[in-house]
Amino acid sequence: MRPALLFPLLGLTVALLFAGSLLTGPAAIGLGDSLAALFRGEGEAVVLVMREIRLPRALLGLMVGAALGASGAAMQGLLRNPLAEPGLIGTSAAAALGAVIALQTGLAAAFPPALPLLALAGAVVSVLAILGLAGPRGGSLTLILAGIAISALAAAFTALVLSLSPNPFAASEIVFWMMGSLADRSMLHVWIALPAMLAGALLLAGTGRGLDALTLGEDAAATLGLPVARLRLAVVLGVAALVGAATAVAGAVGFVGLVVPHLLRRAVGARPARLVPAAALGGAAVVLAADIAVRLIAPDRDLKLGVLTALVGAPFFLHLILKSRGERP
Amino acid sequence: MTLLALDRLSVTRAGRPVLEGATLTIGAGEVVGLIGPNGAGKTTLLRAALGLIPAKGHASLAALPPARRARAAAFLPQQRDIAWPMPVAAVVALGRVAHAGSAGPADRAAVERALAAMGLADLAARPATELSGGEQARVLIARVLAQEAPLILADEPVAGLDPAQQIATMQVFAAHAAAGGAVLASLHDLGLAARHCTRLVMMQAGRIVADGPPAAVLTGAHLARVFGIRAQLSEGPDGPLFQTLGLL
Repeated sequence: MRPALLFPLLGLTVALLFAGSLLTGPAAIGLGDSLAALFRGEGEAVVLVMREIRLPRALLGLMVGAALGASGAAMQGLLRNPLAEPGLIGTSAAAALGAVIALQTGLAAAFPPALPLLALAGAVVSVLAILGLAGPRGGSLTLILAGIAISALAAAFTALVLSLSPNPFAASEIVFWMMGSLADRSMLHVWIALPAMLAGALLLAGTGRGLDALTLGEDAAATLGLPVARLRLAVVLGVAALVGAATAVAGAVGFVGLVVPHLLRRAVGARPARLVPAAALGGAAVVLAADIAVRLIAPDRDLKLGVLTALVGAPFFLHLILKSRGERP
Repeated sequence: MTLLALDRLSVTRAGRPVLEGATLTIGAGEVVGLIGPNGAGKTTLLRAALGLIPAKGHASLAALPPARRARAAAFLPQQRDIAWPMPVAAVVALGRVAHAGSAGPADRAAVERALAAMGLADLAARPATELSGGEQARVLIARVLAQEAPLILADEPVAGLDPAQQIATMQVFAAHAAAGGAVLASLHDLGLAARHCTRLVMMQAGRIVADGPPAAVLTGAHLARVFGIRAQLSEGPDGPLFQTLGLL
């Protein structure tokens, strides 16, 4: 497909799925009523449902999906590896740890914004740790190793908090939160995630040329005049901001950052600079679609978004592996 | 005009000197072959000259800010890296990243010229990662040409190329030098070096041990001491002929 066609097509898909997400839910509201409520504030109960429940859910689906897709593409470009995923630098595990601490200590119950805020704090700590470990000039391998170490450490602390939890309700709440979901979120979550995500998007927006040049390796990119160390820093900070904010408001939504760049790579001529925005749109479409699906498949069972993306994503990933095995003997 | 000046450039790795006091000046019009056995320090010299690794001493290119260095010199690393299945023309166009804007008519023309010079016009739309190793090597040389920097530093540019492409590549380098540029290329094929280089720089154990016209560098004494081989260099009807004869 020509890139000139790809972006409008992706944009249209995202717009349709966003509208679909606004119109999907347990409350049976007609199309005209819901739009009137959303834009003109007509009908009190409907306004509440649309503006306080469905709008934040659809917005978060859009934002989380775009963040995961874009950071997956940027990480793959930076590490020059199609198996890289946004969680690789340990941000999502650290953000999850922050959220788990908020749930365990009861802070989240006393003051709801504490959960996303502590998750963001976890993400910041992980970034400081990874920059400290890998150093500002650390190579890709050091970065991956530091990310694995931080992920393992954060996961260990999460397990520790869970196993020490005296309250089974808190424990089950933690387990469910970690599965990833967009249910019961408010506009507050949108406002908490938005600044970090905008900062992350700005950081990634400046990396296109550099990621393209990295296709030829670090030496070639450096001699093409690109400050490789600064590029690495921008990608690490940008991905951390996007993934930290996404995890803070939605929990762990897996496979989107890994699979979506794969899906779109050929369509953008494999250029990382084009893949990042394409994967942002693609990620938004996938998360919005998955979030509509969890509401349609099990309207009253609270199927978790992260469970669905993993259930669909993992077999799809296997399919990609089998296909690429056929191409490369 | 001087395009590269190295003054007592030294690199130490893990306490061991891998490049010691390299002093070298390359001017416009020269095709300089960098020769020496494995581990002699050829790659280290090229990378240190560009400022890619920390070094003591002075290198004119390393002293430039990255964006200006990219317009002064293009580098072909030994590692043939194409990470993504990008079309050949897009890979070659990465050479234009060094220039501001980098998508104008001048850039497209430079990419076209580079593709034509390396005989890649027919492959322009193919994903580069699906080509053979030799074809990928030519794509990467075309990328370096598209950068249109006066000086080309190439680390084993002809390794893996068939004989016709090896000669074609050396002729492309000669044309680049004739147009006012210069080339410093590390080479293992001494016959190719003897015929196509205007000057040879011979390295051994991190030091430059000989520097001059091919006939002055490829002497029996040098070859015996540095490479441990016997060889014969003679003047043929159309240029120097170099033949290795055996080990010492």
